[in-house]
Amino acid sequence: MNNPIMERERGLLELEKRIEELRAANASQPVDMSAEIRALEAKYAEIQREIFGQMSPWEKVHMARHPKRPTAMDYISQFEQFDELHGDRHSRDDQAIVGGLAKLHGRSVVVIGEQRGRDTKENVKRNFGMPYPEGYRKAERFIKLAGRLGLPVVTFIDTKGADPSAMSEEHAQSEAIAECLYAFSIAPVPIVATVIGEGGSGGALALSIADRILMLENSYYSVASPEGCAAILWSDAGKADEAAARLKLTANDLVGFGIVDEMIPEPLGGAHRDTAGTIAAVLNSIELALGDLASMPPERLREARYLKYRRIGQWVS
Amino acid sequence: MPMPDWLRHRSKEQPTEDAALWTKCPKCGEVLYRRDLSANQWVCPRCSHHFRMSAYDRISSLVDGDFTEIGSDILPADPLGWVDKKSYPAKLNADREKSSLTEGVVCGIGTIEGHRTALGVMDFHFRGGTMGSVVGERITMLLEAALAQKVPCILFTASGGARMEEGMLALMQMAKTTSAVARFMEDGNFFVTVLTDPTTGGVSASFAFQSDIILAEPKAMIGFSGRRVIEQTIRQKLPDQFQTAEFLLDKGHIDAVVHRHQLKGALTRLLEYAAAGKANVQRTRGATSA
Repeated sequence: MNNPIMERERGLLELEKRIEELRAANASQPVDMSAEIRALEAKYAEIQREIFGQMSPWEKVHMARHPKRPTAMDYISQFEQFDELHGDRHSRDDQAIVGGLAKLHGRSVVVIGEQRGRDTKENVKRNFGMPYPEGYRKAERFIKLAGRLGLPVVTFIDTKGADPSAMSEEHAQSEAIAECLYAFSIAPVPIVATVIGEGGSGGALALSIADRILMLENSYYSVASPEGCAAILWSDAGKADEAAARLKLTANDLVGFGIVDEMIPEPLGGAHRDTAGTIAAVLNSIELALGDLASMPPERLREARYLKYRRIGQWVS
Repeated sequence: MPMPDWLRHRSKEQPTEDAALWTKCPKCGEVLYRRDLSANQWVCPRCSHHFRMSAYDRISSLVDGDFTEIGSDILPADPLGWVDKKSYPAKLNADREKSSLTEGVVCGIGTIEGHRTALGVMDFHFRGGTMGSVVGERITMLLEAALAQKVPCILFTASGGARMEEGMLALMQMAKTTSAVARFMEDGNFFVTVLTDPTTGGVSASFAFQSDIILAEPKAMIGFSGRRVIEQTIRQKLPDQFQTAEFLLDKGHIDAVVHRHQLKGALTRLLEYAAAGKANVQRTRGATSA
């Protein structure tokens, strides 16, 4: 599938290359081209602001799906320590869920992430980041382990949704997600969830009943995919842009509803334009949230988590 | 993504179900007199097809007489200002008229053969039983009342999943009801779900599969992903029995498939077992503290 963000980036990348070439030439030649370079740089900044300064919800969905966008393992690999654990102890080690024991800024944690692939080969291995029931059972095992050990939990959300195959139905996808939700809701340790890319419906929710939910600026979190929503409502997947706008799925929208606690800004043009900077910013926000929660006793933590979700919803009475 | 299955079934069944006097069984084609069908708990006398039952019919088929509703004054809002082919408030109005319901679930406390029980019944006739803020709130209120009174809770599910027109507020009702279920169960209370046609998406992936005992009605369609979505993914047709109650029983996902005529008896026996267990716990607790 071609990503329209990549189409737009193509011209910018050309321009970037030209600026680089001119800089190199300028350094090796007696002719002063700095005015020309400055003009090109200004042009570049102007175009970049024009293209990425005001992104529609549908454009943000594409940004969330950008193949160069940092994935869960990109974040986890920046922890000081990561001891990966495997498997659901029954039948499979689902590669769409990664997790284990880790150290973040000196703090021991359990980390769990939804992991998509960067290329076709890795995507086959990772099932395009769509967890099987075995993946949710693996996550459930890790959250219970965290509870037993008394370690806080960090999760990274990035999935189109739970795997929708016949096999996953036969292996009780509903039950696996339901049990995962249950385990997260009663975990006696702090949980900080961060939506880093796609937040696809129940498959994303399964790892995000949390005390703090953070969300990158250009990620999305939605009850249904915009394509699926458009297909159901208008029998026309081509109206996905309209659906994306109506679903209120951006970080800003969700902070407004009180569902997401903090929106983490991204560099102009998206997280992949400054991967290291984005990862540092995200890990910093997670660390601050963990610090806030660290002194809460389990009972107060669970009570606060209960009330956080208890309040969500709008009705008239 | 094509039209989900439950939507397809609905459009097929509706015209016959709405006819004033006569209803044609969608399975065997028998023309049935509605009063007889209603007296038979909406089960086709010829082929045993279980029609989708309304919430109030279900409640009166189970409770001894009394039923105190909970959350009936909680009514839907329009948090996203949603419009597609119609506005969300217009859809809600149409469903209110069609179903005589105020939302997709009716909750309350009543007695079943003498057992005080918290009972929630989802109704497919209101927005396909989808779960939005009101369904989530009413079910949460029910579970909180059951916890406070320490009575068992039985939930009948019938749902196309989370309600799209309320966006993430709808998805979050899975988290909210899960939290209420967990609190209720961790306190040692008995929770039963009865899955009726259809139980899919966000409802099947939350409270439907979090209970102590899971029963289902014959031939009920139960699953996470819609049948058409899966068929598109694997590019082949699924067998007819895929995602039916009987299929799930065979795979070990549910405890039993129970014919509607036997359901009250089955639930009563479950409530008796739970009451017996609770009495044991209370007796031994008394013994240790004495």
